[in-house]
Amino acid sequence: MVQFSLPQNSKILKGNYFKDKTGSNNLKKVKVYRWNPTSNENPRIDIFEVDLNECGPKVLDILFKIKNEIDPTLTFRRSCAHGVCGSCAMNVDGVNTLSCIKSHSDIKGDLNIYPLPHLKVIKDLVGDLTTLYKQYESVEPWLKTKVGEKTSTEIKQSQEDRAKLDGYYECILCACCSTSCPSYWWNGDKYLGPAVLLQAYRWITDSRDAERKERLKKVADELKLYRCHTIMNCTNSCPKGLNPAKAIGSIKKMLASS
Amino acid sequence: MSNKNSPLSPHLQVYKWHISSLLSISHRIVGIINFIFIILISSILIFIGTDAQILQMLSKSSTGKFLIICFCWSFSFQILNEIRHLAWDMGYGFDLKISRITGILTIIGSFIFTILFYLLGKNLF
Repeated sequence: MVQFSLPQNSKILKGNYFKDKTGSNNLKKVKVYRWNPTSNENPRIDIFEVDLNECGPKVLDILFKIKNEIDPTLTFRRSCAHGVCGSCAMNVDGVNTLSCIKSHSDIKGDLNIYPLPHLKVIKDLVGDLTTLYKQYESVEPWLKTKVGEKTSTEIKQSQEDRAKLDGYYECILCACCSTSCPSYWWNGDKYLGPAVLLQAYRWITDSRDAERKERLKKVADELKLYRCHTIMNCTNSCPKGLNPAKAIGSIKKMLASS
Repeated sequence: MSNKNSPLSPHLQVYKWHISSLLSISHRIVGIINFIFIILISSILIFIGTDAQILQMLSKSSTGKFLIICFCWSFSFQILNEIRHLAWDMGYGFDLKISRITGILTIIGSFIFTILFYLLGKNLF
């Protein structure tokens, strides 16, 4: 049975309030989800008053400012800070996005920052994506050739066939889409989720791949694929502007017409 | 990595609603309501007939009229949204802008259809 409410140990409590000490006139209240694995307490929401006059334009800049100047224990993943690596995916203002490319000036009022939804929390804003990576592995995301075929020369691809990968190869696996999907929330252990299905489609549609049929067969499953009900939260959240819903739709269409 | 005590990060509690997600859940709820309602109406027609007292009550009293209008809406909403789903199944309308527009059209259209269905039904009976 689907559990809509949070389990007892996940109920969010009121946290600390960090008042501004700079006396700035341009403050933003930033509410951040906190959970410390070494304490036995429930998660809490800490409120930080951040001086925007001395802060970079993106949400990640705010998090850095908090970590550097207010509370060094704040934990979050980040790496490139340019929307390429996908590490800093989190729920900002109710929508999953990369905090490094989300401008905080787009958000009116208080800024709410949570980890990616419906994941086991490791610490603060860091969620456990182990299941998603295992599912990604299960679609065998690499080019496959026919057994016994010579592979010493490159496999050529026409420009038209190459163009079919546009909108799919750009995926950086930040998991924004999968963790925005209610179907994935309720059936995350069985349903592959938009990110992995988009990757599956990327290999299915690659003209150089020799195992198109096997790949399609593998993914054609009531739970793995057809838990997608075109809710479109995935496409709405993708920070790279890709369309996982369309990729899943294309797989369904391929299966229906093959 | 995460351990047994790790909390579950908030999901429904914090996630923002979009038109598409709102329509998706309404489609399901309305589907169940229609399912029950159609079975109810058909069994009344089959087992009691068109001159059943309950049908008279439905078409005369104001609560009855309200119920009929509600049903007209849930029926038209589901039909229109189902057309959207059929288009998706054929591979059209996945574009974010288009899906938003068709979503809004579905909502507006469902009310227009409600009026049409109600007036049509009123003239028939």
